Amino acid sequence: MTATVVPPAPPTPRSPSGSILRPRKATGWRRFKSGLASVLFVLAFVAAAIPLIALVYYVTREGLKVFSWEFLTTELPFSQRSVDGGIGPAVVGTIVITVGATLMAVPLGVLGGIYLNEYAGKSKFGALVRFLSEILTGVPSIVMGLFIYTFWVLRVKEQTGFAGSLALACLMLPVVIRTSEEMLKLVPHELREGSLALGSRKSRTIRTVVLPHAAPGIVSGSLLAVARAAGETAPLLFTIGATQTANWNLFEGTNTALSVQIFGNANSPYIPAQERAFGAAFTLILIVFVATALARIVTVVYTRRVSGKS
Amino acid sequence: MTTEPPMTTTLTPDTTIDGVATLPPTEVDQPPAAESEVPEQEREVVFRLSEVEVFYGAARAVTGVDLDIARNEITAFIGPSGCGKTTVIRSLNRMHDLTPGARVMGTITYHGENLYSGKVDPAEVRRRIGMVFQKPNPFPKSIYDNIAYGPRINGTRKRSQLDDIVEHALTRAALWGEVKDKLKSSALGLSGGQAQRLCIARALAVDPDVLLMDEPCSALDPIATARIEDLMHELKDNLTIVIVTHNMQQAARVSDRTAFYTAEPDEEGRRVGKLVEYDVTETIFTKPGDPRTEGYITGRFG
Repeated sequence: MTATVVPPAPPTPRSPSGSILRPRKATGWRRFKSGLASVLFVLAFVAAAIPLIALVYYVTREGLKVFSWEFLTTELPFSQRSVDGGIGPAVVGTIVITVGATLMAVPLGVLGGIYLNEYAGKSKFGALVRFLSEILTGVPSIVMGLFIYTFWVLRVKEQTGFAGSLALACLMLPVVIRTSEEMLKLVPHELREGSLALGSRKSRTIRTVVLPHAAPGIVSGSLLAVARAAGETAPLLFTIGATQTANWNLFEGTNTALSVQIFGNANSPYIPAQERAFGAAFTLILIVFVATALARIVTVVYTRRVSGKS
Repeated sequence: MTTEPPMTTTLTPDTTIDGVATLPPTEVDQPPAAESEVPEQEREVVFRLSEVEVFYGAARAVTGVDLDIARNEITAFIGPSGCGKTTVIRSLNRMHDLTPGARVMGTITYHGENLYSGKVDPAEVRRRIGMVFQKPNPFPKSIYDNIAYGPRINGTRKRSQLDDIVEHALTRAALWGEVKDKLKSSALGLSGGQAQRLCIARALAVDPDVLLMDEPCSALDPIATARIEDLMHELKDNLTIVIVTHNMQQAARVSDRTAFYTAEPDEEGRRVGKLVEYDVTETIFTKPGDPRTEGYITGRFG
């Protein structure tokens, strides 16, 4: 618009860096590099996917050979050589022990995460809790099993499912604390300010604005911890004992779990036992998958309700 | 506002508030502000700030703020970035309590009561002194639940009562017509201008005495801005409004009084915000008493 009032316009306007066309010289080499990078990315993905697909495929193929409703519900055989019998007690044990551990670790861990992110700030105590929780993450699961064995089992003089739950909860706790803290950190500060500016108190702001916003992430993180705990063998070896019959009571009597059955049967020289190990492995994957799917659905429904999306 | 405060003070508009009665080391280098010619009229003081300084950790963000904010007026804070205007407005409803390391020195009274006294309940303060932020911050909830959030905190549970409050607040914020058919849908689906009006409605729903607005229009287009400015004029009859704005035309359009802040290096060379001039808006924009104000409003600086 003002170009007309500028008389001495340069005769040939030149763009600052020459032509916008691709420099011919570099084209071939650049294309080669680009192509090579793309191929490498695809290869990397395939390499990462191979073990995952192979594992699921192999376990499913072997597991389905013995998998049936009877297999899931009947009691363990008395002999590893027996082709009869199922893994019923182990399914029961895995469910009660993992649920018990989850009920202990997740609420405590989420509260811990809330404390660290919302209240502790940069205080020394907060830093200490954070540090200890990091150390706890690195403790090998077998050590956790031994710890509960000496600390709890030897004291109450009984191996129970609850002792196993305790060991698994100790493993899950730092993971849940960590993910909760990280997810709470992602909640925009403006939302907290908006709530507080309306005269809301901090506790209420956390309950009604901060937690609902962070809930999907906290659930995802907790699920990872639950899934890992459900597959743990070492913490259960000394803590839950062994049983041939299903024991729904977490607090009394010995128990067993799928992971322990896999461990025992896979070590066995007898083919029926090895098949049962695969069946148990398949069942474990299935349980974790179903639990994850359920938790996700619950989170989506809950978040929708809270955020009012229709 | 429930009780009439005991020591409500009034002052006449020609009381000069030249705003740099600062700590001893700070140089007071300012001519007295121009006498305003607004007819004498009793102004009921809502906020009285004297020698207010705000620190973030060891860093002084703003210093030497002395001003009175009167009831049913719109007071605008203008000035370049980093001059402390946002810091000052956030000190009026104790938002600094939430910032680790932030400290407010000097005295701020609200209807004669010391806002920073240990006996004051910050949640109650924020209930009476609402705030609208620069970036619209609707909660990830439905439109209805956003507005009902404040009343619910105050213990309003009855559905019919909440319905009335929501409708009234949205109507006051000029949003009712646009959202009345989708109260149950997420507030996150609103446009920027609508979201900001929702935030205003949310603040109004708790029936505040004061509304603090921290650059409420900086993310909005001119049409949405105009609507919010109209809204401020309507709200002024029942509310005291303080607005921070980067937009001088906006300050000139909406406010009754304007405070101009600037940032200047202190004796150690760190930039510290300070209040330069506070007067009737017309005076600030037509015959400012300080060359720095004039420089800023004429665009030579800032």
